[in-house]
Amino acid sequence: MSAREDTARQPRGSAIRGALVHAFLIAAVVFAVYPILWVIALAFSESVVPEARALPLPTNVSLDHFVAVIGRTDGEGRWMFARQLWSSAFVSIMTSVVAIAIATPAAYALSRFEFVGKDASVKSLLATQMFPGVAASVPLYLLLDAIGLLDTLSGLVLVYATSAVPFALFQLRGAFDAIPKELEEAAMVDGATRFGAFVRVALPAARPALAITALFAFMSAWNEFALAATFLTREEHYTLPILLQSYATEHDANLGHFAAGAILVSVPVMALFYVLQRQLIHGLTSGGVKG
Amino acid sequence: MTSLSLQRLEKKLGGAPILRGIDLDVASGELVVLVGPSGCGKSTLLRTVAGLELPDAGTIRIGDRDVTLLPPRDRDVGMVFQSYALYPHLTVRENLAFGLTLRRTEAATVKARVEEVSSMLGLEKLLDRYPRDMSGGQRQRVAMGRAIARRPSLFLFDEPLSNLDAALRAEVRVEIKRLHARLAATMLYVTHDQVEAMTLADRLVVLRAGVVEQVGAPLDIYAEPASRFVAGFLGSPAMNFLAVRRERDRLLAPGVSLAIPSTLETPKELVLGVRPHDVRPTSEASALSFEVDVVEAMGFEAFAYGQIKDATHASPGTFIARLDEDALRTARHGARLALAVDRAHLFDAATEKAIGRLGFDGERQPSIEATP
Ligand SMILES: Nc1ncnc2c1ncn2[C@@H]1O[C@H](COP(=O)(O)OP(=O)(O)OP(=O)(O)O)[C@@H](O)[C@H]1O
Ligand SMILES: [Mg+2]
Repeated sequence: MSAREDTARQPRGSAIRGALVHAFLIAAVVFAVYPILWVIALAFSESVVPEARALPLPTNVSLDHFVAVIGRTDGEGRWMFARQLWSSAFVSIMTSVVAIAIATPAAYALSRFEFVGKDASVKSLLATQMFPGVAASVPLYLLLDAIGLLDTLSGLVLVYATSAVPFALFQLRGAFDAIPKELEEAAMVDGATRFGAFVRVALPAARPALAITALFAFMSAWNEFALAATFLTREEHYTLPILLQSYATEHDANLGHFAAGAILVSVPVMALFYVLQRQLIHGLTSGGVKG
Repeated sequence: MTSLSLQRLEKKLGGAPILRGIDLDVASGELVVLVGPSGCGKSTLLRTVAGLELPDAGTIRIGDRDVTLLPPRDRDVGMVFQSYALYPHLTVRENLAFGLTLRRTEAATVKARVEEVSSMLGLEKLLDRYPRDMSGGQRQRVAMGRAIARRPSLFLFDEPLSNLDAALRAEVRVEIKRLHARLAATMLYVTHDQVEAMTLADRLVVLRAGVVEQVGAPLDIYAEPASRFVAGFLGSPAMNFLAVRRERDRLLAPGVSLAIPSTLETPKELVLGVRPHDVRPTSEASALSFEVDVVEAMGFEAFAYGQIKDATHASPGTFIARLDEDALRTARHGARLALAVDRAHLFDAATEKAIGRLGFDGERQPSIEATP
């Protein structure tokens, strides 16, 4: 059915209403997209200092900012951007892996089994989530120092895991709760062991939730600044958000570099979203059980 | 060939006794239907047989093996769930092959079985679909196919048709009957649909609050229910029950006066059970005086809903009567019909157990047709 047919059949009043709705939607899109376009324009400009402008168009299109950010080396000629990209990737991927690896079996157990201390452990886990991670940064600092993991990527992964694991646990528990236990019972009658039913039926059915949870753990680590800045001291260990911040400090402000860096940091996350979109869009559970 | 034998099976759930000593023998190749009101433990019984619940007491034998403590995978049973429980991430083909693949069956055999089952159930064109892309009826067939493909020695069905619409239900019911004949398989089938229970069962088991109330051929149970509970459970519309008093050779209540054989020994307080189909409107001196409230005519059959009442409007209870065409023409709200009784059941008011079944060959010669 084409839009033309629609408007032809509609009375005039609703045509006006349609126009208003569209005007509002367009305004909303502009409101949301404009700053992003502006950052992109800035990143692709030549100039160092952004002059006041209304349209998000680069003054002279160039890749100077990107080249400068990516090619950055320290005093001894070490390629810092590559090292910091590696830091970010390592910390984010490991946080995601650790969160999924620990939270999946735990969430499954919480969803399916009754055991002594179940309620208590869920509640205390929930309680730890009431405090923002930064509140725990002092004790975490002391702990990491004591076990010699201060200023190491593994140490930061551990720090991130303290919030990523409980978060993943609650996400995945909800996902397993939503999978009818009859699916696993059917598998057991069909010849699977208890563990086989988990691996062959529950895990695949929870795949969309696992993908989302892994993505969230990855993203929160990828974007995190405060804890990373606290626990990492050597520049080659920095994650990309710390690098970004250095472009926005007062003595060394370069908003063009900042914009280019921001785009570089966003691209992997956007790529991940794109790759996982099929998982994110439709839950595979639909249709297995009548409903 | 496999039989199933349950002995004094008991199961508690959440501290409440759900199965309270079930004894049941299912012969090889027999289709036994379990019926009973909601919550009486039908699913629990089936799940216990499947091994999804462990019994607190009693034994389960499948064939000559004691499987009481075996895990589900070692019991060689196939189960069709009410919700179908198809694996959402697998295609129909993979769903059908799941059990076989798990048991490391050769690929050629798996392929042959999947083909055999899918042609048996008309699933050939759906093999590459996912469960979410199918209708309820198709999913139901896949669920049955998945159970059949493994050729288990015992089939368990938990209300497999309850999610289908009426027309489809009738169709699949016939299909199950055909499958049963073809596979010559032992089946335990749970339903609370009367028609399924009556038409499918070689033998019917009526369950009540975790105990077996009566076992027998469906028509025998219908004709000779052992208790008021069974009598009220089978038959549609349900049997009418009227509280009556024995006075020598008559049963009396307001609006009720029925002769019974004086030789029949009964307590004084009785419940008279009369199926809607066992009354006739009559012009003679009648056994029941019926005041019509609502009439439902369906073309092939008509029922009047109302009350048995005497002239003083005292009433021993509500009543449903099947009407013939003549009666249908005159039956209106408020009309009074005189009903003759062809057959009636007598229950002890205290124990609710059946005392006997009476036949009335005309008003004058009541006879005892059966005593349990
Ligand atoms: N996990 C449980 N804990 C406690 N009680 C339970 C549990 N599961 C079931 N029950 C109870 O056991 C009783 C029997 O349940 P069951 O599912 O066997 O009934 P059913 O005969 O299959 O009923 P329906 O016809 O509604 O399916 C019900 O009263 C139910 O509330
Ligand atoms: Mg049930």
